Amino acid sequence: MEATLPRRLITTPVAGPTIALVLASLFFALNSPQFLTGSNFSLIIQQVMVVGTLAIGQTLIILTAGIDLACGAIMAFGGIVMTKLAVDSGLPPLLAVAAGLAVCAGFGLVNGLLVMKISLPPFIVTLGMLNVVFALTHIYSNEQTITDLPPLLTFLGQTFQIGQTNVTYGSLLTILLFLLFAYLLGSTAWGRHVYALGNSPEVARLTGIRTRRLTVGVYTLAGLVYGIAALLLVSRTGVGDPQAGQTDNLDSITAVVLGGTSLFGGRGLVIGTLVGALIVGVFRNGLQLMGVPSIYQTLITGVLVILAVAVDQLSRRRNR
Amino acid sequence: MNARLSAGLLITALLVTGCGGGGGTQTATTTPKVGLITKTETNPFFVKMKEGAQKSAQANGLELMSAAGKFDGDNASQITAIENMVAAGVKGILITPSDTKAIVPAIKKARDAGVLVIALDTPTDPQDATDALFATDNFKAGELIGQYAKAAMAGKPAKIATLDLAPGVTVGQLRHDGFLKGFGVPAGDPSVVCSQDTQGDQSKGQTAMENCLQKAPDINLVYTINEPAAMGAYTALKAKGREKDVLIVSVDGGCTGVKAVQSGQIAATSQQYPLKMAEDGVKAVADFAKTGKKASGYTDTGVTLITDKSVTGVEAKDTAFGLANCWG
Repeated sequence: MEATLPRRLITTPVAGPTIALVLASLFFALNSPQFLTGSNFSLIIQQVMVVGTLAIGQTLIILTAGIDLACGAIMAFGGIVMTKLAVDSGLPPLLAVAAGLAVCAGFGLVNGLLVMKISLPPFIVTLGMLNVVFALTHIYSNEQTITDLPPLLTFLGQTFQIGQTNVTYGSLLTILLFLLFAYLLGSTAWGRHVYALGNSPEVARLTGIRTRRLTVGVYTLAGLVYGIAALLLVSRTGVGDPQAGQTDNLDSITAVVLGGTSLFGGRGLVIGTLVGALIVGVFRNGLQLMGVPSIYQTLITGVLVILAVAVDQLSRRRNR
Repeated sequence: MNARLSAGLLITALLVTGCGGGGGTQTATTTPKVGLITKTETNPFFVKMKEGAQKSAQANGLELMSAAGKFDGDNASQITAIENMVAAGVKGILITPSDTKAIVPAIKKARDAGVLVIALDTPTDPQDATDALFATDNFKAGELIGQYAKAAMAGKPAKIATLDLAPGVTVGQLRHDGFLKGFGVPAGDPSVVCSQDTQGDQSKGQTAMENCLQKAPDINLVYTINEPAAMGAYTALKAKGREKDVLIVSVDGGCTGVKAVQSGQIAATSQQYPLKMAEDGVKAVADFAKTGKKASGYTDTGVTLITDKSVTGVEAKDTAFGLANCWG
């Protein structure tokens, strides 16, 4: 019996991050009277929902042993498309949102095709795409922030009450998205194929998985998820902001890594990513409540990422 | 073993965090708090601003919380900081908005929660989205160096390069327009032969100047958004052997910049006072905490022309004064 618990902790990559999240929360609860309140937890979820949703797409791609440096830029462009079409072009808001989602999925599709057709490394493809999309955002927006959004675009930022606590619809949607993707990855054939592709593309191909189609599908789906993140972002900030998302590519990778997903593909859980995003959010919020300057948040996040990768590596060595 | 190891490492991390906190957290419930949110954590201008806020907070019996964006233009981090500070129960927030429009809804929420919000250095759009504004008159800052340049050129026909900030940023636009007004030329005047954005960055300023000199080798007057851009321009001019016969004027008044004025690399600069913005802002929050009276309107925190080669008709102080009052 004694051997099984540690053994299970190693094979469940989410255990370590969850322990860290609980410990961090305890620490802040002891140090700040404002931390342990329903409204503060609601706030933390609102603060991590955008990066958390981006990190769902990032998780899909990292599970295939890829990486996406363009996710934040794609989201920013999606947000500008939605707001600009709805406000400046007077398109019905629902159509504007649909257009934004389609544009984001389209960029995902292009990423996937470039990775698959020309066999370019995902790092390079998405690095290039980062610059392309960043520039397009600034050209299309004419560097202008778009304000006075119609209600539909800010709906996800509105709140409803659970007990005494105000919760945003966006937080709810984010959690539903995580549950959906946990199901898709954990309980469907498609999910198993994604893991197989990340573990060994050659073996996956030989077992009859159409790996090329799967790759393009994963990047496109990730793009669509970035589009949802764009809608969440717009609703949270109440504006279309061409400067948005500039460090969100790295923040999403941080969430994925902190959540115990291996950067080498094939290993990890999307729920871990939620935990990873929450760790960052809890530290940022908790340290702020304690009055610690934000540069320490950056320092600590950096230390945590290195620790997480170290744990991943050590447990791999152990498993071998 | 590994689980224990990972748990151990994470606990260590938490302990490190504890050290970072530096204690003093239990006093939080009694002392009123004031929040300072700057554009970035690393720019010397904001470092000085934070120093001023810290000093003033101590003097006024307030606890200072600070936060910053990750880069200039990082609206999301500033929103998060506002939310966290309101959750922590601050009396007032001093903010240098990264995006003057995009931050407005978050500021409104904080004000609705009864928090006094004061913009430092950069006004929000619209300006009345905050309770008050403590800032340099950037138009006047530009106007002063424009007037100086006009007098220093002494009637020589000007070929002007403007090394600006970035499109759509109010501060940059105001300084640029002020410069043209002070120099006495309308926008779009043919004497402005080259205009480039530099993001206020030295290496981008250098590249911009190099390109301007390619386009118009006879440039003899350079307006720069700040001294790093001015130093970049100087480096580019020096490489062409033109550093002696081109007049560079700037805005900001950071210590490095004033030293460059002292050594003659920059002819003159308009100095602004971030320390004073923060000190006055914190004091306003302290007054609000004591009396419940909110600061309002615009408070000009002053600007001074700094040069060692003064010209007639434009009031200026020398670099000794500049160095005594500089930041960074």
